[in-house]
Amino acid sequence: MSISGAAHIAGVYEHPGRNLPDVTVPQIHAAVAKGALDDAGLTFDDVDAYYCAGDAPGFGGLSMADYLGLNCREIDSTETGGSSYLVHARHAAASIAAGHIDVALITLAGKPRTGGRGPGGSMASSAPESSFESLFGLNVIAGYALAAQRHMHEFGTTSEQLAEIKVAASIHAQHNPNAFLSDPVTIDEVVESPMIARPLHRLDACVITDGGGALVMVSAETAAKLTRQTCPVLGTGVGVETTNRGRIDLTRTGAVVSGPAAFAEAGVTPADIDYASIYDSFTITVLITLEDLGFCEKGQGGGFVSDGALQAGGQLPFNTDGGGLCNNHPANRGGMTKVIEAVRQLRGEAHAEVQVADCELALAHGTGGSLATRMGSATLILGRGN
Amino acid sequence: MTENSGLPTPTPATTLETEPFWEAAAEGRFVLPRCNSCEHVIWYPRLFCPECGSTDVSYVDAAGTGTVYSFTVVEKGQGRWRDHSPYVLAYVELDEGPRMMTNIVGVDPDAVAIGAAVQAVFDPGKDGGAVIRFTLQ
Repeated sequence: MSISGAAHIAGVYEHPGRNLPDVTVPQIHAAVAKGALDDAGLTFDDVDAYYCAGDAPGFGGLSMADYLGLNCREIDSTETGGSSYLVHARHAAASIAAGHIDVALITLAGKPRTGGRGPGGSMASSAPESSFESLFGLNVIAGYALAAQRHMHEFGTTSEQLAEIKVAASIHAQHNPNAFLSDPVTIDEVVESPMIARPLHRLDACVITDGGGALVMVSAETAAKLTRQTCPVLGTGVGVETTNRGRIDLTRTGAVVSGPAAFAEAGVTPADIDYASIYDSFTITVLITLEDLGFCEKGQGGGFVSDGALQAGGQLPFNTDGGGLCNNHPANRGGMTKVIEAVRQLRGEAHAEVQVADCELALAHGTGGSLATRMGSATLILGRGN
Repeated sequence: MTENSGLPTPTPATTLETEPFWEAAAEGRFVLPRCNSCEHVIWYPRLFCPECGSTDVSYVDAAGTGTVYSFTVVEKGQGRWRDHSPYVLAYVELDEGPRMMTNIVGVDPDAVAIGAAVQAVFDPGKDGGAVIRFTLQ
């Protein structure tokens, strides 16, 4: 059974806040849920399936389903870190295609800036690998630095090439009034910013923001009744990349599985994609993901991202909201905002300075966990719809 | 070889599966779990073979040598590691095959390179235990 075209994204909402000291995390979940339902022209009473991840307070999805007053016949709290919401989207699309549900709500919210550490910041001590990874000063950026160093060694990737990714995101972010960092930066400014874990600098890293976002996905039949433009889910993929039975490959991600699955389901190729939202926890995350998704050969990511290829008007415009590198990385989880900006592009509602002309096909990709250990990758390919 | 690196060396949490690894380390021995069915050398330590699914696993002596697969010099550590920066976090590829996370200690961080030959050292912690780190050969 192909799910392609059976489900549409009908509503999206990104919380405009980046510092939210005076609201609770459940309040942010509720605000973004309301925003996405309003965008779709639907109400809480229309929702029959709810999806959330570890950022949602309480017991799996049950606490927030209860808080929101939902009547659900499907629930899913799959946790793959920042990619969770794209995994949820795939699961929701499949449940819609199967006829199990009609209106799915997916929410993300958190307060890592003003409310203490976000979820996923420290691995549970009950994890079986804990004592073999917790004793050596591993932190998030140091883990990604291990991947960057190996990629540089194998393929000759440079810090300046990684900096191109931040530069593109920053050029886009200047047009986003909600962006946490809105000033364009240069390659020199990135490589001269403080070194945190060689070879990654402070400006190779994403921002830390409060906030959240939500998606509403509906059946094609319900989409046809809505006045709002809805975007069909054409292809989906999930890939889990582990430490590979003790022989970790730091230069590959789960996108080597999720990407081909999504492209095959959609019946398109990387060359067909007009706009791409690529998970950008760090610059290296983007570069390796582009290779694994097939936008270029393995090892050629450094050349691919050079000369402004990722900037609006370039070969593959990416993260036109400014991405996690500049705009927003709510709850330390960037997957939700990737889908939201892809929908904005398909609807022609991105900022005029970064809007891709005649954007018909968009890709959104999430990466959760860590390139340095184990991760879940998820890819969505969305159409423009009407 | 014992090497007191000065890095944080808390007492590791052990389980029924990993006690033999940590007890050996405390005695200055580096052991690795090996599958008795398919001979896969397992990492991280567990009494399950992720290669073939067997639960027939024994701990065997490791050579204690390998090469640097990747590393980072952490200039700004976090939490209790903040005061120990810069330090070297690394993956070492053991001669037996596994790539294990560790630190490279006892050397100038600028001397560490991918492919460099390394030797295991036993870094003593509290309670008589030890953490396995590596130094350049």
